[in-house]
Amino acid sequence: MTTIEILTQALELITTLAAAPLFLGWVNQCRAWLQNRRAPSIWLPYRGIRKLFHKDAVIAESASPLFRVAPYIVFGAMAVAAGIIPSMGTRLPFTIAADAIALVGLLATARVFLSLAAMDIGTAFGTLGARREMMVGFLAEPALLMVIFVASMISATTALPAITENLATQELALYPSLAFTAVAFILVLLAENARIPIDNPATHLELTMIHEAMVLEYSARHLALMEWAAALKLFNYACIGFALFIPWGVSTRASGPVVLLASIPLLAAKLAVTGAGLAFIETMSAKLRIFRAPEFLAVAFLLAVLGLLVHLLLGA
Amino acid sequence: MPFIDSSLSACLAIIAMWGLIGLAGLLRRESLRFVARTLFPLGALCSVALAVVAATSLGTPAEQAVLKIGLPDLPMHVRRDALTSLFLLLLGAASAGISIFAAGYFRRGAGTDAGLMCLQYHLFLASMGLVLLADDAYAFMVAWETMALSSYFLVTTQHGLPEIRRAGFLYLLIAHIGAIAILLSFGVMQGGSWQFTFAAMRAAHLAPHWAAAAFLLALFGFGAKAGLVPLHVWLPEAHPAAPSPVSALMSGVMLKTAVYGVLRVTFDLLGKPEWWWGIVLLAIGLFSALYGVVFAAVQTDMKRLLAWSSIENLGIIFTGIGLAVVFHGVGMNALAALALIAALYHSLNHAFMKSLLFLGTGAVLHSTGERNLGRLGGLIHRMPWVAWLTLIGALAMAGLPPLNGFVSEWLLLQAFLFAHEVPKSFVSMLLPLGAALVALSAALAAYVMVKFFGVIFLGQPREPTLARAHDAGLLERIGLAALALGCFALGLLPTYVIGALRTVVERLSGASLPNTKAPWWLLMPLSGRQASYSAPVLLIALTAVVMVTVLVVRRLYHHRVRRAAPWDCGFGGLTPRMQDTAEGFGQPIRNIFGVFFAMRRDLPTPFDRAPRYRVTVGDRIWQGLYVPLGALVQRIADTFAWLQQGRISTYLLYSFITLIALLALML
Repeated sequence: MTTIEILTQALELITTLAAAPLFLGWVNQCRAWLQNRRAPSIWLPYRGIRKLFHKDAVIAESASPLFRVAPYIVFGAMAVAAGIIPSMGTRLPFTIAADAIALVGLLATARVFLSLAAMDIGTAFGTLGARREMMVGFLAEPALLMVIFVASMISATTALPAITENLATQELALYPSLAFTAVAFILVLLAENARIPIDNPATHLELTMIHEAMVLEYSARHLALMEWAAALKLFNYACIGFALFIPWGVSTRASGPVVLLASIPLLAAKLAVTGAGLAFIETMSAKLRIFRAPEFLAVAFLLAVLGLLVHLLLGA
Repeated sequence: MPFIDSSLSACLAIIAMWGLIGLAGLLRRESLRFVARTLFPLGALCSVALAVVAATSLGTPAEQAVLKIGLPDLPMHVRRDALTSLFLLLLGAASAGISIFAAGYFRRGAGTDAGLMCLQYHLFLASMGLVLLADDAYAFMVAWETMALSSYFLVTTQHGLPEIRRAGFLYLLIAHIGAIAILLSFGVMQGGSWQFTFAAMRAAHLAPHWAAAAFLLALFGFGAKAGLVPLHVWLPEAHPAAPSPVSALMSGVMLKTAVYGVLRVTFDLLGKPEWWWGIVLLAIGLFSALYGVVFAAVQTDMKRLLAWSSIENLGIIFTGIGLAVVFHGVGMNALAALALIAALYHSLNHAFMKSLLFLGTGAVLHSTGERNLGRLGGLIHRMPWVAWLTLIGALAMAGLPPLNGFVSEWLLLQAFLFAHEVPKSFVSMLLPLGAALVALSAALAAYVMVKFFGVIFLGQPREPTLARAHDAGLLERIGLAALALGCFALGLLPTYVIGALRTVVERLSGASLPNTKAPWWLLMPLSGRQASYSAPVLLIALTAVVMVTVLVVRRLYHHRVRRAAPWDCGFGGLTPRMQDTAEGFGQPIRNIFGVFFAMRRDLPTPFDRAPRYRVTVGDRIWQGLYVPLGALVQRIADTFAWLQQGRISTYLLYSFITLIALLALML
């Protein structure tokens, strides 16, 4: 391990952990502007997390140890996932331990623990949320895997840094297959991160909520970790998107430390645009009925499979 | 002991020991204490010995012997090679945990008495061992039938219940239809030599269409045992009917003998498999995987849910074998080896995970007397040992890193990643779509496991009687823990497992993985392809992050906790009945995969005094294939029923006519 490898790895991890709530704050701010509301401060998510950490934790009487362990595992899985995704540099020594399939597995681990924790109290909301989350999950996960599969086929590897490096260093080539999978990926991102049109992060209306229903019983530090983990998840998904579809500008094996430094503002710019785009999509679309969610995700899955077929047909 | 000079004779000695232990059970048939506390632990000891012998003999050259038992002039040929050793290892390791659990499990004599059960159980183990060692069709079929019959009697332990007798009959019927197909397959494979040893079959040169016929017959026969769709109907009936340790053995181990059979016939006896056989295997495997998991998701009986999940897992194993056959057929050796290793790895994984889960349900069943998911819940408080150990099995079954289910899935997806390189146009385009189905099945498996674990162990008890539930006894805990440890070991040390599987695959198919210079903790099956995975590092990283988070939160903030009633929206009166049920958990699946089910909904009218909503989910294949088939057989039987007059003179006349006809033919 060279210095620059360790530096890149540390930079990725720290940036993700620190900046994830900021990205969430930015999306919320954009959303408020688009909806002609006065925007809350971009720092609001941090204040929320800080406030929650200082509160007394209230736990239901029927909670088992699993309920108290789950926030740490969910948070841990998201943090480890952040170490795999090449958002700024591809020299990540940790990625030999986990490739893109393992990344999907890690995200699934977080989801399963979140759902199990939601079922632990035994209220109607918790189990309802868990069921819906797993329903969204089992449709979104194969779609995400297919998206990654197409990118892996183009680069003949499932290692994320190698995929990113391959896509970033070759001359600007347009892959029709990646166009299909990019659309599929955006649909998956919306569904997996509890955004409109699948879920509404701002709602507590029982008929519609998914994520909020699951964390309803959490309070204080556990809730803070869950919220932080949700922010990390959104950040991670955005970075997976950058790594697969707009990898240009990341520091690769050939580039020096300057490029790594330059990749920080570049990532910020990518995130700013993505956040605004996300807010735009959320503002322009209405929430789907929960029964329509399978269709939405089936479209994502089929688009990803279509991308695969296009890749096999055209070889590109 | 001087006469045990080879691992083959050691294996045979252990199998004989199992037989003796079984017979010893007959000595004191009523004494549960003797059977459970002495004989079953002895059987478990034999299992451990078998696992050790098999593990040490994995890399050694094949050995064979001729046993002078059986019919005159028909001695039994036995042979142990790498493939046999691997499956013997699976049998030994999984049955060790199961037998220890069984020692604590069998309590009061419901149905078959303890001694007889002990005989059937150990005969079942011994016959599975013999199936793996047999080296001629005669020995194989005898062992295969003993396996089917002993497990039939174990399934019908509670023969007082009509539905259990029905399940047993269905099992026996399909087992025998399968056995006929296997017998016919051997008949084709002897290739005119009329020698039924496996050595003769290896030497026989079959015309391509005869080889294909032998393969398809074997696939039908072994597929019936493996529960591949559409021959799966017995499995969700028979596995739940058996006592839980027997369900675990059947699901975890017996189904693998079918995998062994297919591998033995395809790669060893027939020698050179054609690539299109792989397509057949792949198609059936993928369909079974999806069909099984979709049905598992809508089950309301916990053991039936696991039985359907077994169909899914066997489907995934056959998908791996199919992919390997395709690669092998077109000469892509490294990838063939990778796919075959994935299939074998998943066989090992499934033996541990599914046994663990079945034993977990056994402990729950004993403690609560309930199999219906709608009457369980909240057992993590009453049975923490069973709950946490079962959680490991459930997470492994859901295919989550760093446990073992993920590794085989990862290997299979790696193999699929290069499926488009198969030099057959059209096929190369369709193959990668298989990866999409594997991914979908795996994601659904996670859904099923969340439902399984969440409804049984989490939440609040759905029945007041559950408050009396007690945790499993010491022996049961040891059995569960041993299997959970197996799940961990297979998950964390994949390089060692793959190292062993490489030898097996190389000896079996001649295909081998290229040598990679990867350290022990790093799984990198195909060098140059730049794909690697390391479960230990991932686990350490995950644990480290979690520990650091816990410490930081504890250090920087207070760790005060207050207990309160769960949030009831201010209305009060939150009852356990308001939790999601197993039916509720199946509802999205019933909606999305509606085409798979023959569903009947009974809806209440607005005028019902006591409105009831009922939904029954049936298997379309049962109604579309088996019911008409049964009716057809019945009709044919009815047509010939007039032959049966019931008078002895008529039957004598039949015999006379037959004799005359035979004489006329012969002369």
